[in-house]
Amino acid sequence: MKLLTHNMLTSHVKGVTKGYPLIIKATEVKVNELEFNAQFVSRMIPKLEWSALIQAAEWLGQSQDLPSALIPDYENDEEFLRKVHRILLEVEVIEGCLQCPESGREFPISKGVPNMLLNEGE
Amino acid sequence: MALHCGRACRQYLLHLAHDNVDFRLPEIKALLSLRNRPFDTSETFNEKSPFWQLNGLSEDDIRSVMSRTVCGKSAFELWGHGTTTDELRMSLLEYPAENMAPYLQQNSTYKINVYTFNKTLVFKDSIEKIDALDFLPFKGTVNLKAPEHIFCLLEDYGSDPYEIPEEPFHMYFGRWIADGQRELIRSYSVKKRHFIGNTSMDAGLSFIMANHAKVKADDLVYDPFVGTGSLLVACSRFGAYVCGTDIDYNTIHGVGKASRKNQKWRGPDENIRANLRQYGTESLYVDVMVSDASKTVWRKTAQFDAIVTDPPYGIRESTRRTGSHKDIIKPPEDFSGESHIPVSMAYHLSDIFADLLNFAAHHLVLGGRLIYWLPIYRPEYCEEMVPLHPCLTLISNCEQTLSSHTSRRLITMEKTKEPEVEYVRVFWVETPWSKDEIDKCKLS
Repeated sequence: MKLLTHNMLTSHVKGVTKGYPLIIKATEVKVNELEFNAQFVSRMIPKLEWSALIQAAEWLGQSQDLPSALIPDYENDEEFLRKVHRILLEVEVIEGCLQCPESGREFPISKGVPNMLLNEGE
Repeated sequence: MALHCGRACRQYLLHLAHDNVDFRLPEIKALLSLRNRPFDTSETFNEKSPFWQLNGLSEDDIRSVMSRTVCGKSAFELWGHGTTTDELRMSLLEYPAENMAPYLQQNSTYKINVYTFNKTLVFKDSIEKIDALDFLPFKGTVNLKAPEHIFCLLEDYGSDPYEIPEEPFHMYFGRWIADGQRELIRSYSVKKRHFIGNTSMDAGLSFIMANHAKVKADDLVYDPFVGTGSLLVACSRFGAYVCGTDIDYNTIHGVGKASRKNQKWRGPDENIRANLRQYGTESLYVDVMVSDASKTVWRKTAQFDAIVTDPPYGIRESTRRTGSHKDIIKPPEDFSGESHIPVSMAYHLSDIFADLLNFAAHHLVLGGRLIYWLPIYRPEYCEEMVPLHPCLTLISNCEQTLSSHTSRRLITMEKTKEPEVEYVRVFWVETPWSKDEIDKCKLS
């Protein structure tokens, strides 16, 4: 699971109102090298909940030198975009789980794939 | 017919392939729309014809369309046309010489092809037709192997294979610009794909869907019924980043029984990511997840540039044919016990589309498109059965006939309004197919 996806996921456990962001508990994390695409990163930044991204990076020990708030004029800052590219697309949780912050319900991540299925009645 | 033009108003001729006929116009319109160009054609435009004249476009527009279309075979800069050889000749004589000159230079090489639709010509006749064009000021040398410029005489002998006229109904002459992407149909064939399933989408249709959806480079595309990822493969070919979800654990993880005839179990390299790797687009793979499309996992403000999907067609009880409106969905017979599906399977087919449209209304960017297949029982079909939504505008509805009484329709919708309230189901949809009819859709 990449952090771009995590940033858009929320807990859908019945009755939960504060289910975002899902807490990441990773037991295996991989960092892959992926072709840097400044355009795509620039396009995605406005769609992100920035604080949730920073939080997720911290959970994975990958927050390095990411600013805690979005910098203005980021489209032209290649160094910044490269950092965002890395955290959004190159860092992957292979094994672990996502935990609903309100209910505690855990969604397993196995071989990089989160399983978000709920049981009947949940 | 005169073609007096400056650069700005050249006419182009599109030669289209003769399959998926109903899907062609929406595809070309969508690709033109990616360039913010309208579809502008002649008064005599016939959608069923393999030859379309396009006005008001630049050569770059045409090249851009041809770099994406799987319906278009070739495109030409139209120099003349007519319903008789005299008309064609007159039309060519009226075409400004200065527009021709750059391609007829003395030190250049060229070749003239003859293409006849709905007729086979003997070699001698083709040569005669080419010779009849020698009034044109060709100054270069003929090179059949690697010419710098290719010209084409295209003749339309109508659409009735049993009534082929002596003379063509219409003739066109033009300079070849570019071919379409029909080669992708072969190179992306599901037969050669590493990971397939029973319902993997045919390559040609996947690309048509990606085009109808106006997918472009750096888009984020989502498929909520991703299966083996055929639609994501097509979208990634056009540069989009892709993600998908599916309720079936086995398919998402690429485990369980194989769909190939001589194979029992899926191998380790059989999953969606591997498919993208096969075609060199793994860098565009975002994620896939196991998830129930009826229970969205995305935060309210999560948005995609396009949603491209082939929802399950469902199974109806045999009571359908007596006119009952009971739509109970049974789990498919090949539902594997190890599939980790804990929830009840009573997902009514009409709910799938209601949820899909609602989802699209909330999770598409404004101007983004939803493309999906709607299964149809032809004897009962009427336009009112196509689901609608206040935030989505219906762009096209193309039928692919599957049998005398079943078909599926490729529906394209564009988000034109942000939702103000949480919309609930706004329509009712007939569910059409029996298990046998669904099985016919599957890969054999």
